[in-house]
Amino acid sequence: MQEVEKIVNGKDLFKRPEYQEVLANKKQFESSMLAINPAKVDEVAEWTKSWDYREKNLAREAITVNPAKACQPLGAVMVALGFEGTMPYVHGSHGCVAYFRSYFTRHFKEPTPCVSDSMTEDAAVFGGLVNMKEGLKNCAAVYKPKMIAVSTTCMAEVIGDDLMAFITSAKEEDGGEFLPMDYPIPYAHTPSFVGSHITGYDNMMHGIMSQLTEGNKGETAQRINIIPGFETYIGSLRSVKSIVEAFGADYIMLGDHSDQWDMPAGNYEMFQGGTKLDDAKDCINSSATISLQKYATAKTMKMVQKRWKHAGGFSNPVGLKGTDEFVMKLSELTGTDVPQKLKIERGRLVDAMQDSYPYMHGKKFAIWGDPDFLLGLVSFLLEMGAEPTHVLCHNAPNGWEAEMRELLDTSPAKDSLNVWAGKDLWAMRSLLFTEPVDFMIGNSYGKELMRDTGTPLIYIGFPIFDRHHLHRYSISGYDGALNLLTWITNKVLDQLDEETKNIATTDYFFDLVR
Amino acid sequence: MGPESLEAKQQAAIEEILKVYPQKAAKNREKHLGVGTPNDENQKTCGDVRSNKKTVPGVMSQRGCAYAGSKGVVWGPIKDMIHISHGPIGCGQYSRAGRRNYYIGVTGVDTFVTMNFSTDFQENNIVFGGDKKLGIAIDEIETLFPLNNGITVQSECPIGLIGDDIGAVARVKAKELDTTIVPVNCEGFRGVSQSLGHHIANDTVRDFVFDAKVNVDTSDVVATDYDVAIIGDYNIGGDAWSSRILLEEMGLRVVAQWSGDATLKEMALTPKVKLNLLHCYRSMNYISRHMEKEYGIPWIEYNFFGPSQTIKSLRKIAAFFDESVQAKCEEVIAKYQPMIDAVVAKYKPRLEGKTVMLFVGGLRPRHVIGAYEDLGMEVIGTGYEFAHDDDYKRTKEEIFRSTVIYDDVNEYELEAFVKKLQPDLVASGIKEKYVFQKMGLPYRQMHSWDYSGPYHGYDGFAIFAQDMDLAINSPVWAHSKAPWEKEG
Ligand code: SF4
Ligand code: SF4
Repeated sequence: MQEVEKIVNGKDLFKRPEYQEVLANKKQFESSMLAINPAKVDEVAEWTKSWDYREKNLAREAITVNPAKACQPLGAVMVALGFEGTMPYVHGSHGCVAYFRSYFTRHFKEPTPCVSDSMTEDAAVFGGLVNMKEGLKNCAAVYKPKMIAVSTTCMAEVIGDDLMAFITSAKEEDGGEFLPMDYPIPYAHTPSFVGSHITGYDNMMHGIMSQLTEGNKGETAQRINIIPGFETYIGSLRSVKSIVEAFGADYIMLGDHSDQWDMPAGNYEMFQGGTKLDDAKDCINSSATISLQKYATAKTMKMVQKRWKHAGGFSNPVGLKGTDEFVMKLSELTGTDVPQKLKIERGRLVDAMQDSYPYMHGKKFAIWGDPDFLLGLVSFLLEMGAEPTHVLCHNAPNGWEAEMRELLDTSPAKDSLNVWAGKDLWAMRSLLFTEPVDFMIGNSYGKELMRDTGTPLIYIGFPIFDRHHLHRYSISGYDGALNLLTWITNKVLDQLDEETKNIATTDYFFDLVR
Repeated sequence: MGPESLEAKQQAAIEEILKVYPQKAAKNREKHLGVGTPNDENQKTCGDVRSNKKTVPGVMSQRGCAYAGSKGVVWGPIKDMIHISHGPIGCGQYSRAGRRNYYIGVTGVDTFVTMNFSTDFQENNIVFGGDKKLGIAIDEIETLFPLNNGITVQSECPIGLIGDDIGAVARVKAKELDTTIVPVNCEGFRGVSQSLGHHIANDTVRDFVFDAKVNVDTSDVVATDYDVAIIGDYNIGGDAWSSRILLEEMGLRVVAQWSGDATLKEMALTPKVKLNLLHCYRSMNYISRHMEKEYGIPWIEYNFFGPSQTIKSLRKIAAFFDESVQAKCEEVIAKYQPMIDAVVAKYKPRLEGKTVMLFVGGLRPRHVIGAYEDLGMEVIGTGYEFAHDDDYKRTKEEIFRSTVIYDDVNEYELEAFVKKLQPDLVASGIKEKYVFQKMGLPYRQMHSWDYSGPYHGYDGFAIFAQDMDLAINSPVWAHSKAPWEKEG
């Protein structure tokens, strides 16, 4: 029973003898093996750690276990929230939208506006036109967004709804009351059975950029478009902007959700910040476009480079080299020397790397996440002399594996470094048991891997549900690399303390100064 | 509050809110909003609201889908079975381990609740069908997770649209592997919310656990006169455990928990119990009614939120049994009363008169009212995501005062109601949490217990009281206003 002076929640409550008795007593009715024969559970648990199990596990072709990817419309929702006053609108069933909203909200600890047009069984039979007509109208009337960005769930894709025709007829039927003909409603088809959330990002970005700029081609301005990609670090967006600003360059960040998912307390407004729609409409007239995530913007950049003929290209400003390349690209595009501010920032980062290198050098890491994120992080690990033993990308697009291999081959330890494209986190579990590493870098889904294998987890990635505020920081630019260095080094030191803190047995390496 | 009555304010808020909508949507939403008066015979449902209808397109509803109702609520927590999210990758990923259905087991070896199994459909599966892939997936599961006691196939939207026959696959594989395989056609587009998913899932329990041979041995459990099952408790934060302890203390034997921390064997044992105890009526009334009809097992609803309702419920349950149980029931009540008195003495002065607005799923919008009122807090608004008429009828008995009732409320409406009625606490889901916190309003998530709990039973009530105090009386809310800002 609770002691009122010290009320405890479930964490401690269930340790009490009266509850332990309840749990023990329950076992007689249970069919799980732990209740019937704990030795058998141990035996199977041991087997799951073996090479035999690993071979069977990695040979899976039909069942995915503990994936490290999500579906297309999630990426589309992120894009929409990066534009001024824009409501993400998902054509299809509302169950998916409830999931997108809670997924982002759990990560950012911020509200995530998004509507759906709640298609149900009759829409499955007759198509979703009625839902679209009513939905767009209601959305415009209730939330008064400046733009509505339409994407789709599986359902709408399977039945093959025609978004462009639907949007046009919704506007026609409305007759201008809520949906004037010039009301911007860009759209993208985002079938979840193709690619992953980064594909949806690409599709929606392509939709917005191509549709908003229609008929706007004019004089080219000396200006750089920056497309961040599926960026979940709010601070990264700010770091990138400050680098571009240091060059005094005129720029447009396309899809800038840094204010939307980082609202100050005080009052609530549904939309904050974002790319100005006027800028978005004019982005075709910029002289250059830089995408910070190659694999999350393949289709968009094809349009920009082939049709729009923009200079720029790809640059992934994560880690020292990545940031150097980005800075040099800007220097080239603007014809300006690298500003003093950035030189100092770089110098400070390198200084910090030289202070901390002994702790990362030679350490083995397992890491997973999105393809571009991994290229940046792995590059940084190599810059520090670390060994990325297992690099796993569940949603690896074509070409990624070869590019990652090439990067790993620059390491002296290259023969022991592995790329795992298209594998999930249950595969990672086998890898960690059979070829162990010192640390893991990944998202919250690594938590069970940490528990099962005892490998310490450094939280860098998306989603992160169970640690606070990390997304507010930057992992891009020189300042972002400094954050990476700080998090990783200090985790290594925490672990060192953990392993040496036992009084009178291992405390000889429990140093005060390091 | 000014001279205006609470009821008048609530009515005015509804009128005001409806003005924004286009005509058709306004007409629809009007029927879902109302003001309820306690035990009002004239009202058909609480506030005379309509429910379980299609959501208005284009608004930010909080509702989920049938898949969420089946995989997320009913089947997902059954720990020794593997639940396949069948279709594309998203649904299973977003719903992984978010609900805090606690269980005891070795995850990945003999239990699997927090994991995500998906058939990860690709375009060719949509075009050529995914039945073959499903069959292989089942084989792979059998190889890699040999201690599973069965598999359920939870269909996502595309399955029902591309003409796959998961029933046939399940039948063939179950026979071949001699195990329990349950096909569930809970595609998200079916019905209007999670609710139909509950129903579909209940029906599949009937068909594949009760009416089929299950591969777990139940013969070692000999029935007694005191056997009961807890139905509709998902053990969020351990709720079922803090309920179970009370039932056991009064001499009953809890044979099964549906479905938090449940195993297949417990489900299979349930048709032999003497009484089914139904907590979440909305999600599991179907199977309770079925057991009544088929096996003659009576069922009663109970409410273990807050001492007033807990005591009432304990006595109601005891009344079904002999005097020994009734006597022990009184002992239990007497044993916990001093603790509860102390909790109330400690927290009521800090919470008395504070007003609350709720919006939750299918049970808590009425069940938790009593717990707040036990602390002297006043619930002035409530509503359900996916309730039916029978829930709103039951709500009439649970409200204490004029209460604004909003069915399938969307974010715009909830925000507007809160701005107009100015509660001291809002208690709802994750999606709205930060909207209200931005406004400087204390907030508690009432699905996940905001990562605390349990809230059921006597021990749970103490935690509930402490958490509400934590939320309302935290110093952080006062920081919103900077010292240089003018009053007013
Ligand atoms: S996979 Fe399809 S049905 Fe599932 S959440 Fe994504 S869009 Fe919705
Ligand atoms: S209590 Fe509410 S949220 Fe929980 S399962 Fe029942 S209806 Fe759903």
